[in-house]
Amino acid sequence: MNTEDVADITAPSVAYTHRPDFAVIAAWVKPGAKVLDLGCGDGSLICFLRDARNIRGYGVEIDDTNVLACFNNGVNVIQSDLESGLQSFESGSFDYVVLSQTLQAVKNTENIVKEMLRVSKEGIVSFPNFGYWKNRLQVLSGNMPVSEALPYQWFDTPNIHNCTLGDFEEFCSQHGARILERRVMSGNHQITFMPNLLGMLAFYRFEQQK
Amino acid sequence: MQDSDSISIVAPQIARFDTPLHLKSGTALDNYELVYETYGELNASRSNAVLICHALSGNHHLAGFYADNPKSGGWWNNMIGAGKSIDTQKFFVIGVNNLGGCHGSTGPASINAKTGKCYGPDFPVVTVEDWVQTQVRLADYLGIDQFAAVAGGSLGGMQALQWTLDFPERVRHALIIAAAAKLTAQNIAFNDVARQAIITDQDFHGGDYYSHGVVPRRGLRLARMLGHITYLSDDAMAAKFGRELRNGALAFGYDVEFEIESYLRYQGDKFADQFDANTYLLMTKALDYFDPAYQHNNDLSAAFRAAKANYLVLSFTTDWRFSPERSRAIVRALLDNELNVSYAEITSSHGHDSFLMEDRHYHKLVRAYMDNIVI
Repeated sequence: MNTEDVADITAPSVAYTHRPDFAVIAAWVKPGAKVLDLGCGDGSLICFLRDARNIRGYGVEIDDTNVLACFNNGVNVIQSDLESGLQSFESGSFDYVVLSQTLQAVKNTENIVKEMLRVSKEGIVSFPNFGYWKNRLQVLSGNMPVSEALPYQWFDTPNIHNCTLGDFEEFCSQHGARILERRVMSGNHQITFMPNLLGMLAFYRFEQQK
Repeated sequence: MQDSDSISIVAPQIARFDTPLHLKSGTALDNYELVYETYGELNASRSNAVLICHALSGNHHLAGFYADNPKSGGWWNNMIGAGKSIDTQKFFVIGVNNLGGCHGSTGPASINAKTGKCYGPDFPVVTVEDWVQTQVRLADYLGIDQFAAVAGGSLGGMQALQWTLDFPERVRHALIIAAAAKLTAQNIAFNDVARQAIITDQDFHGGDYYSHGVVPRRGLRLARMLGHITYLSDDAMAAKFGRELRNGALAFGYDVEFEIESYLRYQGDKFADQFDANTYLLMTKALDYFDPAYQHNNDLSAAFRAAKANYLVLSFTTDWRFSPERSRAIVRALLDNELNVSYAEITSSHGHDSFLMEDRHYHKLVRAYMDNIVI
C-alpha cells in the first residue's frame, strides 16, 4: 500500500491571490511549521505559505463563499465564528496563529488575542495603521479616512476596532503578549523612520509573556 | 461531457461470501450475500473507487433507475451521477445494502440454510464495525485495495468514520455528513421508543412474524412516524404544514385533522409497506452501539490515533438529531491528530434530512472536495 497516497489531499498548483503582505508573514514562519490562519478568506495565505514554507495549514472562516473557495483551493478550512473562540483547537497545538488584516474587524479583540496565545506558540497579526499620515490628514480635514488600506466608507466598514502602532503595542503590554518582532510597510516599502506616521500596514509577531 | 443519463439504467448485483464472519457480538455468520450496485468504471490503477454507505432506511440503490420501473430513482440521485458532485465519469461508485438489511442482502427476512426458515429473531445483532468488515470483503471481491473515498450521511457517515479507524491503509478520504461519533441519551431514547412500538405490536411474534404470515405494521408505522419527526426541523415542519387543517375546520375527533398528521401517517404507511421490522430494530441498535471512543476511555482523539485519511465533515444548521456540535466534536478529534480536515456548517432548514436534499451550496462543497481527490 502506498502511504504517500494517503497523505495527499489535493491536486497541486492552485491559482490563488498573492498579496504583498504574504511575503512579510512568510519571512517570519519557519519551514514545515503548523499554521492556523484566522479569517483565512479563500485560503490564499495558506496556499502561499504551503508553497513558500512547506507549512501544514488550517484556516478558520465563517463566510460560505470563502469556505467553498478554500475547498476549491484544497485548503483545510474549519467553518466557524472567530468571535466564539477557538474551542476546536487544542492549547499549544500550532506553531503560529495568523490574524491577517482581520484584527480591526474583530468584535471581541481581547478574547481573540488570548485565544491565539492559547492555541499557539506565537501569534502574527497584521492591521492597517490608523496613525498613517494620510488617515490623520483626512481626520484633520473633517472626514473619516478612506484609503488603500482602509477602503471602506464610515457607514459600511467592517473595521470597528481601528488602532495605531502605539495603541497595539500598549494593548500587548497590558494583555500579557510580548512582541518579538515588528515590521511596518507602505506598499512594498519597509518603513523604519517614524513608522506610526509613515507606515500603512503593521505586522507584529508576539508570544505569551513568560 | 457524457450524457448525464448515462447511468440512468442500472441493475443490482449479488456477491456471495462463504467465509464465516465473526461479529462484534461474539456470534458468527457462516455465509451471507450482499447486494450492490456500481456506477462508472473502475480505472486501470483501481484508484478511483468510492464507497457510499447508507443510513438507517437506505440501500444499495444510490443512483439511476431500474429498466422495468421509471419511478425507481436512487436515493442519492441528486448527488451521484455523470457530471454530478460525486461524478461517475471520474469515480467508480459502489452502493451496498448493509448486512441485516431488507433490500437484497442477507438479513432477518432471509432464509437460514440451517433451518430452512427465515432467520427472524435469530439473525444476529450487527454493528457498524461488522458492516465495515463486510464492506472490506466486498472491496476484496471487487479487487479494490484502497478506496479514493468512503462517504455517507448519518449512519452512513458513521461507517465512513469507522472505515478510517479499522482500515486506515484502505481509504484515502472520508466524507462524514450529518453524523456523530456516538448517540446521545436522547438519540437512544428515540430509537428505543421506535423499537418498543415494533416489539409490542401483537403481530411481532417475538420477531418471527414471517411464519405467522403477518407483519407488525402498526409498530413499524409508528416507529417511522416518530423517526420522521426527528429528521425534520421545527421550522421546516411549520413552513410545510403549519396548523393547516385537511378539511378546513376542526372535527372534534381523533381522525386526521391537521396536515402534519396526514403527512406522518402517509409516510408511516408507505414505509411499513416496504421495510422489514426486524431490520429496523437491527439498524437502530447499530446506531445505539456506535461509539468508537468507548474503548479509548471515551477519548475520541485517541480513537483517531491510527487514522490516516483526509476528512470532509459536513453538518446542517437545523439538524437536531445530529447537531453541528456533534460534527465539531469529530473535527476537534481530527485536529488533535493533525489530520487533514475540512468542515462546513451548511445553512439549511430541512433538519437531519438536509443531507439528502438538493442544495446548491452543499453540492458545490462536495463537488469541490471530490474534484480535488487525486486518482
